[in-house]
Amino acid sequence: MPSSQMTSASTAAEPSARSVTATAPFRDESFRDDFTFRNSPETVLRAPFPFDKDAYMYAVNMELHRDGKAGTAFEEPIDVDEHYVSEMRDRALVLDEDPLRCQSLPHMTLAGWDTLELLMASKAASYPDWFALTREGDRWHWINRPLGIDQHFVFGDETTLPYAPLEYITRQAQGDFCVLDERAGNLWMDAGMVTTQADWSLDFDIGMNFFEWHAPVPLAHELGIFERALKYLRAVQQGNPARRLNWTMTVNPRLDTSPENFHVWGPENTHITKDNVADKLFLRIELQSFWRLPRSNGILFPIRCYFLSMRDLSTVPKWAKRMHRVLKSLPPELASYKGLDNYRPIAIDWLAQFDDGSPTTPGPFAD
Amino acid sequence: MSLHGAIDVVVTDVVTVNPLIKRFHFARADGEYLPAFSGGAHIIVEMEDGDTRRRTPYSLMSSPLDTRDYQISIRRDDEGRGGSLFMHREVKPGINMRIGMPSNLFALDQRAHKHLLFAGGIGITPFLAQTAQLMARGGKFELHYGVRNRELGAYVDELEQRLESRLHVYLDDKGEQIDFDRLLTSQPTGTHVYVCGPAPMIEHVVTQAGALGWPKEHVHFEHFAKAPPGEPFTVELRASALTVEVSAEQTLLEAIEAAGVDAPYLCRGGACGQCETRVLACDGELQHADHWLDDDEHASNEKVMPCVSRFRGNMLVLDR
Repeated sequence: MPSSQMTSASTAAEPSARSVTATAPFRDESFRDDFTFRNSPETVLRAPFPFDKDAYMYAVNMELHRDGKAGTAFEEPIDVDEHYVSEMRDRALVLDEDPLRCQSLPHMTLAGWDTLELLMASKAASYPDWFALTREGDRWHWINRPLGIDQHFVFGDETTLPYAPLEYITRQAQGDFCVLDERAGNLWMDAGMVTTQADWSLDFDIGMNFFEWHAPVPLAHELGIFERALKYLRAVQQGNPARRLNWTMTVNPRLDTSPENFHVWGPENTHITKDNVADKLFLRIELQSFWRLPRSNGILFPIRCYFLSMRDLSTVPKWAKRMHRVLKSLPPELASYKGLDNYRPIAIDWLAQFDDGSPTTPGPFAD
Repeated sequence: MSLHGAIDVVVTDVVTVNPLIKRFHFARADGEYLPAFSGGAHIIVEMEDGDTRRRTPYSLMSSPLDTRDYQISIRRDDEGRGGSLFMHREVKPGINMRIGMPSNLFALDQRAHKHLLFAGGIGITPFLAQTAQLMARGGKFELHYGVRNRELGAYVDELEQRLESRLHVYLDDKGEQIDFDRLLTSQPTGTHVYVCGPAPMIEHVVTQAGALGWPKEHVHFEHFAKAPPGEPFTVELRASALTVEVSAEQTLLEAIEAAGVDAPYLCRGGACGQCETRVLACDGELQHADHWLDDDEHASNEKVMPCVSRFRGNMLVLDR
């Protein structure tokens, strides 16, 4: 990493245009308007493809988040990829328009510090060329080279950072972050940074418990999924994080598909045709992980979004075949809940050309 | 089988607190700081006691703000399964042990406007950590601590110095009693109450608070059941296709682990529900000692918490 990336006196938390262009591994792209987002072939192959077989149904598909497979998005506990800098720029734009995308109820400040420590320590350990954290007691020094940030601060003292700790660090971390308080045998969504969401709203859900914020999900309640999932999550221990994958589909690589902005992206759901489906329709993968926070006893719940266009999928024969079969066999309630009704038949038709009916190998990874 | 997030530690100090209680200090074997934790958390301490590997939970009592070491206090229990005797007799400074990551089932509610803390005897340990955390953050609290007599009142002097007027000590031998009724009826709105101590004390506070109209979620208690010793018995683990002998001083969970089966657990005190196991067949009497299953479930003989409960009879088959 060129040392010119470091702006030693800067306390700015937002990416500058200069650092985007000067930082080689990170793409300069957009997730709105002209949608210049693209995956490199390497990024397609490392995506956390969410289907481990040729059909999909809800399950408590929780597993330990460790021993990451090399060359995949699971390799490091907190993944940073080529979209990092541009995603952070998009987040800043969303927050400018709507500051309520980041909220923290008064009792969640300590959990915010826990989150800051977890993300800084993890990134510095995983990507020492890009991030550095030096701790001497409460006096911490954080360097984020891709975003051009060099910050001295006192851990636990909010006046030494330009934002509250949760907002400060999640302006520098890809994916949404829900911070859950644990009490009365339940988990409560009492803080978060949510700008890259699949049609849900932190402002609407804040203060809700695990069952309340999952109330709109069809079928899973009858399967007893949420009781089992809550029991699993409450047992997540410090140092032993868990993860699961979720998915939906999105027209255009738009990170911010929020209910607040439905008027902007909702109409696009009818824009898919057989001629544009390959490049305009995206599988939207959520890598969700669950981390016990040490001082607050809360749980950090990052939801990291990965996009694969239908054309990206077609470059991996196993994934194209499987996506075709999953979409074909999806229960109609699920397809409607995920908002796929307008374009599911078009996607199935396009993907059919890659499915010769032959069996796929077990597991989610590319052959 | 696996000790969650096991940490290799060295015993750095063993301090006799009073005739019944010793304090143990652990530091990481590699010299690093131990993980941060929250007041009320416990750790599992692994003891290699001859042929028996015990794993017993103890509350962390040291300040969460200083993780150069972890400290626990253990009251000697001459009638127990032998874990406390092992710790009192065998564990000396310099020896290596393994502990699990901290885990908290008795956390402070961060929303509370005030914390009302009730401790009885050795139940003081989680409050030592919690009050350190509350003092640092300027949280409003008072601690009411009942002990048998001054000599057996662990950490009374230290607490008096640290907490000053926030501490209220009650000496049993002077006839002093915590006036729960008065305290539970004179708190500002938004107060949370916490109790840790002997079972009758916990029951009294929980019942009284309920009767006085306290919301259930404002009443917190640390109800670690002790796994009692008993008679040896045999258990069939059908899913693992194993038959296992449980010795008199071993818990059912420890015996399952000793057989190489990785069973889930968290508190090892019958409180958290994680080790709940289905009973497939039972000819005999399940001796339930947990606080997780309700009376009907206990009577049904369909579920068991192997961390604390035992069996007496001809045949027990578990879905494990």
